[in-house]
Amino acid sequence: MADIFDAYALADAWDEMFVRPGEVRTAYEPVLAALQPIEPTELRFRADQMARAFTDRGVTYAFAGEERPWPLDLVPRILDALEWDLIQRGVAQRVRALEAYLADAYGPCRAFEDGVVPWRLLLSSPHFHRAAQGIEPPGGVRIHVAGIDLVRDEAGDFRVLEDNVRVPSGVSYVIENRRAMTRVFPSLFAEQHVVPVDGYAQRLLAALRAAAPAGVVDPRVVVLTPGPSNAAYFEHALLARLMGVQLVEGHDLVCRKNRVWMRTTRGEVPVHVVYRRLDDDFLDPLHFRSDSVIGCPGILSAAQSGTVTLANAVGNGIADDKLLYTYVPDLIQYYLSEEPILPNVESFRPDEPGQLDAVLDQIDQLVIKPVDGAGGQGIVIGPKADRETLERCREAVAADPRGWIAQRPVALSTSPTLAGERMAPRHIDLRPFAVNDGNEVWVLPGGLTRVALQEGNLIVNSSQGGGSKDTWVLAEGPAETPSPVPPAGAPPEVAPRQHGPDGNLTLVQEGAQQ
Amino acid sequence: MNDVILSRIAEALTWTGRYVERADATSRILDAYLHRLLEDPWRDEDAACRSLYAILGCDAGGQPVDMQQVLDQLAFDARSTCAIEGALGAARLNARSAREAVSSEMWECLNSTWHALADQRLAARRTGPYAYLELVRRRSALFFGLADSTMSRDDSWRFVVLGRSLERVDMTVRLLSVRVLDAAHAPDWPTLLSASGADEAYARIYSGFGDTPRVAEFLLLDRDFPRSALHALTTAEECLAALGRPRQDPARRPIGRLRTRLEYLDSQAMEDQLPVLLQDLQAACMASAEAVAEKFFPYQGPVEWAQEGSRAV
Repeated sequence: MADIFDAYALADAWDEMFVRPGEVRTAYEPVLAALQPIEPTELRFRADQMARAFTDRGVTYAFAGEERPWPLDLVPRILDALEWDLIQRGVAQRVRALEAYLADAYGPCRAFEDGVVPWRLLLSSPHFHRAAQGIEPPGGVRIHVAGIDLVRDEAGDFRVLEDNVRVPSGVSYVIENRRAMTRVFPSLFAEQHVVPVDGYAQRLLAALRAAAPAGVVDPRVVVLTPGPSNAAYFEHALLARLMGVQLVEGHDLVCRKNRVWMRTTRGEVPVHVVYRRLDDDFLDPLHFRSDSVIGCPGILSAAQSGTVTLANAVGNGIADDKLLYTYVPDLIQYYLSEEPILPNVESFRPDEPGQLDAVLDQIDQLVIKPVDGAGGQGIVIGPKADRETLERCREAVAADPRGWIAQRPVALSTSPTLAGERMAPRHIDLRPFAVNDGNEVWVLPGGLTRVALQEGNLIVNSSQGGGSKDTWVLAEGPAETPSPVPPAGAPPEVAPRQHGPDGNLTLVQEGAQQ
Repeated sequence: MNDVILSRIAEALTWTGRYVERADATSRILDAYLHRLLEDPWRDEDAACRSLYAILGCDAGGQPVDMQQVLDQLAFDARSTCAIEGALGAARLNARSAREAVSSEMWECLNSTWHALADQRLAARRTGPYAYLELVRRRSALFFGLADSTMSRDDSWRFVVLGRSLERVDMTVRLLSVRVLDAAHAPDWPTLLSASGADEAYARIYSGFGDTPRVAEFLLLDRDFPRSALHALTTAEECLAALGRPRQDPARRPIGRLRTRLEYLDSQAMEDQLPVLLQDLQAACMASAEAVAEKFFPYQGPVEWAQEGSRAV
């Protein structure tokens, strides 16, 4: 019998589901067994159903100017307990190291004095803000939320592709993907114990409350959004709703005497923690871009005087600069005295003497990235670029070596993805989300798996037409046994249901009439 | 800890309530009119359509108007908040900007309705607008039903209900005004009743077909029917009272005054002063809505900044 996996041909990369054609990895066995008997038309039907549900719920993103349902593929991406343990420790370690780097860079600057990181890296970063100097964040936390992008290379090892410690987004899709999958494909979850993802909002709220200025007993937390026209507005609203806090826009806030207030129907109410989802540049027109109308004038001064906490902190951009990325393994050793658990992708720094020529010479074999880019913009993949693009890229790098890094092209691992009515391998990555409450860096089990929907494409960002997959972390051992039997004894008393007339006609004794 | 709501959210909630109610009422009115026109083909279509425009506060223009134009402008026009589609679109955007204050089910109701309208609009070209109008009424009922069963009875809820109540008074008054002030091409009493969804309730109370001026009395003074002006005013006043303003409340005053006036009005007096009364009602609703905006929504729009020394924009 032909099934949807019959024609599945492996690409030239590590495949998440199959060792070789026909031989499935252990973790995927139940999923394969559940998917195989399903007709392609049935799969299409479910995919359409899901898209419709996303549209109705407003889970959409803007692509080429139109509102599209969030693209979720039906085949989940599975991480077993061992793999997840490694990822979780690796991500937490990375966040701790970046946290230490930020504290150092906006404080004693030891790493620069000791020559671990060159001074010029800090001083030439556009994200190095004088205004952040001297803000001592409560609990020492500057990275309340981080998203660390991972890829799996040809050998099946996870590597860090980039760090996001400013305003990482995408966690709402993790929550929505799981919700959609359990509704459209409940049978898939029957065989395996998948770790739930719905604890995120609670963890985030706890971390934000823990970050409140000292002395505030019952801190008021708000989510600051640029507004409904922002691409991630759905996420801002979801997080606010799940945490049960206000979703504010810049003009809902007002600063007075170095305190932040919000305008409510019962007057102005103080705000203590702002989980802001806009960039430093737009946050405060008094300090940064004066043309920003989505920020709140004065909020940075309030943060400096310690009456309000901004999460994530201002100036975090120096830590997810892609050039700094190349130093993170050294930082882990320097600050934590640990070996990096997750390696980087091999990278070159064009701004170092000698390396520029090496990069320019083999530019057609490297991936060139702007240190500052987000959403996959500006990336040139050497082996796939045409001569003209390469030439332009070469000039750009030569003109501004500090603005670029070069990496070995990694063939991202592939996962079977529904394309039309059959399965085809598509490249994927993984963005786990970490929440730091000052005591512990907690990593949300799984994370966002993004898929490059075109064949062979290596860029997975949704702004570039990428899709996503529900990401499963399997609990160790078999599915949990049902909760222990209640203690023996009389079963609890159950109140009887009440009943009224049920509307049925009473049978009339016939025959009495003649 | 969420005992307060942002002024911006309060405004969005009020208008969500208003716009959904407006879509609902508009759909009822259009339905009743269409029905009437079909039953009575000798009626002057142009005149009937003009009275519709008058009710909904739109300009009919100088050309003769027919029912298709009415539908295009008063139902399917997405750019005008006087039309059904525009009102629902505005309700959706308002709910979206207050996304964490309305429940997800309410938001989904508005959002999926908005997405479903296009199909129904196309179908209306072939099979007539009834399915479209019915969808709008059903979803409006679903929306308020969900509000009823998923929102706590806190200030957010009160703003939604306040918006709905003010819009209800406004719509009822508009209906009656056309009949009373402009008798030339006014709808007859039974049409008025069914446009308010009140025909059955009326029949139960006055046991009979509503072809008398008593209909006006019912639509204004009935204590029990939810779309009567008195009932809607009472609800609005309760909301304002619970929103906790001092006694000299400029939002509550005009409404409270009229409510008391209506409470003790007898049939004869009502008939005599009906035109004035309708005008007063409309003015009171507007005054109250403005006072609410002033009291509760004091935030300004986006601030604009000019750098010192830079050229004036």
